[in-house]
Amino acid sequence: MRAQRFQDALFHQTTRFFAFSVLAILAAILGSLLYGAWPAIKEFGFGFPFSAEWNPVTDKFGGLISVYGTLSTSLIALVVAIPVSFGIAVFLTELCPPALRSPLGVAVELLAAVPSIIYGMWGLFVFAPLFADYVQPALSLTLGNIPFVGTLFQGPKNGIGILSAGLILAVMVIPFIASVMRDVFEVVPGILKESAYGLGATTWEVVWNVVLPYTRVGVIGGVMLGLGRALGETMAVTFVIGNAHRISPSLYEAGNSIASTLANEFAEASSDLHVASLIELGLILFFVTFVVLALSKLLLMRLGRMEGEKT
Amino acid sequence: MQSSAVTKRDMSFSQLRGEQTSQATGSEQSPKIRIRNLDFFYGSFQGLKHINLDIHEGMVTAFIGPSGCGKSTLLRTLNRMYDLYPGQRATGEILLNGKNVLDSGQDVNALRAKVGMVFQKPTPFPMSIYENIAFGVRLYESLSRADMDNRVEWALRKAALWDEVKGKLNQSGLSLSGGQQQRLCIARGVAVKPEVLLLDEPTSALDPISTAKVEELVHELKSEYTIAIVTHNMQQAARVSDYTAYMYLGELVEFGLTDEIFIKPKRKETEDYITGRFG
Amino acid sequence: MIDSSVLYRKRMRTNRIALVLSMLAMAVGMGFLAWILIVLLYKGVGALSLSLFTQPTPAPGSEGGLSNAIIGSAMMVGAATFIATPIGILAGVYLSEYGRKGWLAPATRFINDILLSAPSIVIGVFIYTVYVAQVQHFSGWAGSLALTLIAIPVVVRTTENMLNLVPASLREAAAALGAPRWKVVLHVVLRAAKAGVLTGILLALARVSGETAPLLFTALNNQFTSLDLNGPMANLPVVIFQFAMSPYENWNSLAWGGAVIITFGVLCLNIVVRTLFRKKI
Repeated sequence: MRAQRFQDALFHQTTRFFAFSVLAILAAILGSLLYGAWPAIKEFGFGFPFSAEWNPVTDKFGGLISVYGTLSTSLIALVVAIPVSFGIAVFLTELCPPALRSPLGVAVELLAAVPSIIYGMWGLFVFAPLFADYVQPALSLTLGNIPFVGTLFQGPKNGIGILSAGLILAVMVIPFIASVMRDVFEVVPGILKESAYGLGATTWEVVWNVVLPYTRVGVIGGVMLGLGRALGETMAVTFVIGNAHRISPSLYEAGNSIASTLANEFAEASSDLHVASLIELGLILFFVTFVVLALSKLLLMRLGRMEGEKT
Repeated sequence: MQSSAVTKRDMSFSQLRGEQTSQATGSEQSPKIRIRNLDFFYGSFQGLKHINLDIHEGMVTAFIGPSGCGKSTLLRTLNRMYDLYPGQRATGEILLNGKNVLDSGQDVNALRAKVGMVFQKPTPFPMSIYENIAFGVRLYESLSRADMDNRVEWALRKAALWDEVKGKLNQSGLSLSGGQQQRLCIARGVAVKPEVLLLDEPTSALDPISTAKVEELVHELKSEYTIAIVTHNMQQAARVSDYTAYMYLGELVEFGLTDEIFIKPKRKETEDYITGRFG
Repeated sequence: MIDSSVLYRKRMRTNRIALVLSMLAMAVGMGFLAWILIVLLYKGVGALSLSLFTQPTPAPGSEGGLSNAIIGSAMMVGAATFIATPIGILAGVYLSEYGRKGWLAPATRFINDILLSAPSIVIGVFIYTVYVAQVQHFSGWAGSLALTLIAIPVVVRTTENMLNLVPASLREAAAALGAPRWKVVLHVVLRAAKAGVLTGILLALARVSGETAPLLFTALNNQFTSLDLNGPMANLPVVIFQFAMSPYENWNSLAWGGAVIITFGVLCLNIVVRTLFRKKI
């Protein structure tokens, strides 16, 4: 009996230890990044994320260019991905014939399973040339003439740059956002939708006025998940962003995101300060994605609780 | 003020319901809904078998029977709610004002504007109390703010809910108690001025006091609407209905005046069920 | 006042437009998937040959294959899966079997879900600072460790989900026989959820097979075939990256060949997993 109790306790504590190790990984990541970035933090202080200087020769580093690249590409990705994902989720939950629902759902998930380096290659070799030949000139001629906004769409039309990177990112995050949206749309009680249909509402009116408000929290959670993915995505962006360390008013110009800067420079960083600055960029990226993903998780948990209370 | 809003709507709506003006003035003898040879299938399973039944205007018709007998299914054919689910289909005739609603040409949205429905559980939409009512109205009419205010008040008064919520119209519909939520759903159904109200076990999730209120409401609403109510509670059927239909295994066993069914059922099965020997 | 039939027609039109747009969105999504797969087949299948699997990566302009990268990837991914599996399963067991009370389980669940989507390049930076920088050289082990950290959250999440699907009555039945808790878990619960747990491992395998970013500065690359996890190691993703970005045509072609291998490998794993176990993953 005693041996058994001992074995039980041992087993319990062993599993507990490994559960704890997940937390320890997070702490270790944060700690080591902070430690590795310390020389740069000491040298450049709080101004680091706001300084556009990035010069390995003079050993002066600031993160603004990369931060800008990360934020702008992610923003473009969301602007494009949110409506498309919403459309896909509506199709899968409301319009799709039941026989196709599962295979199409799996197909969307497969889109998420394609390794990001493939998106990068496809973006560079297939998407970018077509984009440069057909889409960029058209955008220049239309959106490019709008005052203020227009400059965003003027510049070298070679298919490489912030806009291309953002669009590739959009294709990448669509499956993530669409899957979450589909899942949260499915928690809407059928009887609630029926009540709206019972008033004579159309499918669109049911989706827009009942389903969407009901799942608002979860939908935002899904968007945040997509944002978290977009912010940290490396390979897809690295291929097409152009790896140029500058900020330009045009979205056609090449740039760099935090992740692409790390991918391009880390293995060949020259000085210790260069390495520390790169690690600090990594720390910023990790921190921002952590906050975004934590928010996403909290929102999705809130929807889950709401659902729990109802039933 | 209220009545003007209502008449205006009736005028504006008459095109959509072309047949209404000619049919609505019929006597009590002419049935509002005529069901003829109705069969219903869930895939290959037959849920309703050859139902023939008249639902009379300005009356409450109750559907009773053990669960799975098809009473809810029957109700859901009347507004074609089953259309939402592939594999479910109905054959036969359901004549509303003389027109077969099962026709493939029937516009289901227009049908559902005429045939409102309230469900087993309260289903307030995730919006304010005011918007819950206004949502349905906006589907069919563009009212001025003042007219809409009047309509919302009118509907809430109809559902005997106005006095309880008049100070908090902007609060979420979910903040109300279960009984209030259900009356909100009735108000929502009434607000679009349907001709028929379908109530699918409307009190099954409510406490006795709320149930009494809803039953009272049914009694008051029947002067203006034709009501069909599904209930698992025989006392409720006896209390609120004028006609009762007893169904079993997808068949209509007996149909007649509620008083007759409950006092002197013609069929043995009906008697067994309502006396509690079976069910 | 707007005529009601006008309003009605407007509603129906809005509905039709919205639904068409929704279908269009679905078509766009599927279109991209098809487009990517077709491009891969078109560009990559030509590069597929026996020598791709038998020859190591060549110098620019000469003949060669990807054998060293395939071997390196297989070793690192294998090692990562091997290490991550027990850790992930045990942590998952804790969450599912002992996670009802206390702070640790909810905290772990929360953090685990965040790590699931955390930027993988940062994991690479982490392994670089704690391992590569300390031992002063890039190595296959460093790459494996980075992949391990990416695989663990996947295994934890699926294990917990799958164990939660095991009915409580089964646990109670085993416990009623007098079996101690650990035996109940190991011999009954885990066995009942075997297929599900395997699903998690395969998903983790699929996930890390295509990861490139964390290997860039941990395993680095190696032109030659190496079985030594203690030195720099070639691996498919990084080779694809370098070869695709290079100006040499034969390297580009090899990159497409590698891309086909990785993508169809990963997609096959995903499809197998989903048909093997059709429940919610």
